[in-house]
Amino acid sequence: MARRRYIQAINDALLEEMDRDPKVILFGEDVELAIFGDTRGLLDRFGRDRIRNTPICEATLTGMAVGAAAAGYRVVLHMMFSNFVYTGFDAIANQMAKLRLMTGGQLNLPITVLAGYGAGRSTGAQHSDTPYPLLMNLGGVNVLTPSTPADAKGLLKQAIRGENPSFFLEASGRGAESGEVPDEDYTVPFGQAAVLREGRDVTVVAIGHMVKPVLGVADELAERGVGVEVIDPRTLVPLDEESILRSVERTGRLVVVDEARDRCGAASHIAAVVADRAFPALKAPVKRVSVPNVAMPYAPSAESRVLPDADGVSKAVLGLVAP
Amino acid sequence: MPTTEQLLSMYERMLLIRRMEERLSADYAAGKLPGAVHLYIGQEAVAVGVCAQLTDRDWITSTHRGHGHFLAKGGDPKAMMAEIWGKRTGICRGMGGSMHVADLSKGILGANGIVAGGIAIATGAAFGARLDGDGRVAVAFFGDGAANQGVFMETLNVSTLWGLPVVFLCEYNHFCEFTPSETVTAGQISDRARAFGMPCAVVDGNDVVEVWRAAGEAVERARGGGGPSFIEAKTYRIQGHLEAEAVILDGKYREEAEIEEWRRRDPIDRLREHLSAAGACDDDGFAEIESRVSGAVEEAAAFAAEGEPADPELAFDLMFVGQRP
Repeated sequence: MARRRYIQAINDALLEEMDRDPKVILFGEDVELAIFGDTRGLLDRFGRDRIRNTPICEATLTGMAVGAAAAGYRVVLHMMFSNFVYTGFDAIANQMAKLRLMTGGQLNLPITVLAGYGAGRSTGAQHSDTPYPLLMNLGGVNVLTPSTPADAKGLLKQAIRGENPSFFLEASGRGAESGEVPDEDYTVPFGQAAVLREGRDVTVVAIGHMVKPVLGVADELAERGVGVEVIDPRTLVPLDEESILRSVERTGRLVVVDEARDRCGAASHIAAVVADRAFPALKAPVKRVSVPNVAMPYAPSAESRVLPDADGVSKAVLGLVAP
Repeated sequence: MPTTEQLLSMYERMLLIRRMEERLSADYAAGKLPGAVHLYIGQEAVAVGVCAQLTDRDWITSTHRGHGHFLAKGGDPKAMMAEIWGKRTGICRGMGGSMHVADLSKGILGANGIVAGGIAIATGAAFGARLDGDGRVAVAFFGDGAANQGVFMETLNVSTLWGLPVVFLCEYNHFCEFTPSETVTAGQISDRARAFGMPCAVVDGNDVVEVWRAAGEAVERARGGGGPSFIEAKTYRIQGHLEAEAVILDGKYREEAEIEEWRRRDPIDRLREHLSAAGACDDDGFAEIESRVSGAVEEAAAFAAEGEPADPELAFDLMFVGQRP
């Protein structure tokens, strides 16, 4: 094991996969300079045929990713901030997510889209969004939300080697955080949640950025005699429903902590799955801790008002065990 | 100039597209088709003239009006007809329909229901071809309506910048759905491509030889590493935006006299006159072609009618490779 920062783990995965398979190419805005650090060193190592800066034209880049994949390449498209997924959304929603079905299975689309998401650093409403609910709703794309360096590396490798379009959403606020990463070549399979901490009283499903504060809350509540089981789904599509249901069947209580807006969010979906499939096990209502249906404000005071935090999670959990 | 053999082959292909679509028009009117069809009647010279310059290894992207491109690029009439009928024997197993006919084995990356949706896909395929350096070419067919989408400008920029082997083939058929193009389009569309320094040609899209010649130059340039080209083929959409539009429309957006005027410039009639005048084919010869084409249409229609309905469970298998949705 080696300690790597989250962003380094992503960089390692890109270097290793581009080394491993000459058909892997990466393009996007400002990728040559590696403004996030995740594409560092790629240009020197692989040259401009395999990694190159593009014009700022997301609507075209997402369509080009489809075309280059049809031409036999494994495409990594870097979209910088998640909000730019919206400007490229036509070809994502209408082509990438649908062409395999529409062609009757003639076309595979090995495309990995990278984008940083999340708020908490005063980047304002247009650089803070968490777009996975939209992506989850498309049907035809995988959605990956790694919370640790090891998962980031393993999921990204799995995405690049896979045959399906996958959105690899980088938790922007976690780039500098370190964790243990296996030395050997490995991948993390999609659709397998990680149970990060066991507990008997309340299941807390935490997504992406939210995993870290939730683990803190679990530690704190353990000292007060409340057992919190923390589950990181790691991928939202496919979603490991079974691991969540198994846990809820044991604890009878569920809190979902989600940095996306509340309405039709990932938390809402997970709550619906549990209501459908584990209702008899529930001893209390399912609680969602998520972002209200507002655009992300700029000022730190206003931003922290709407972002889920440890205090909010703690209250939600305690509200279920000691109503 | 194409050889007589090439001209006859193009004539037969244009006629096949025409007769297939006339059949589809009748099938639609008879309520046999589950979905809408957008017909290419009147524009056949464009698809055929261009695709005669391509091989199966080259790619095309097409539009919601895509039957002509599909057949011109060598797509199977039976599999296309069955697709439009929603049958499991369809080229896309009934999952795509009229607006999404695709045959990857023929380089047909698909008809596309999103106006301008194919342009960036063709540009991406051309990027792949450029990296491979194997001389493959991608042609993006799109209409005058698509030229007003931002992605058109974006792809002109990136393809010129990177010298991509792509041909932008704008079929100016005079209508953006139900709206005359000149009422929604500023300036000349070709000037937009010219602004990027791209070689441009504006041709009579109802003259298959003129289209063939311009496409030949553009394709040769792309194959040789000379980068993208733009061709605007002036033509006319004889049918409505979609079949049965008269039923849904309250008013009209064009005059019958205008349609009649363009019928007199029919690309198939014109090629037939040319072949007759050149002594390349006589009435018996044309009758023989007509009979072959009508045989192919009958065969396609029978194949479509006999096919089993599409597998209702298939969508669940096709969204992902090796994964349920």
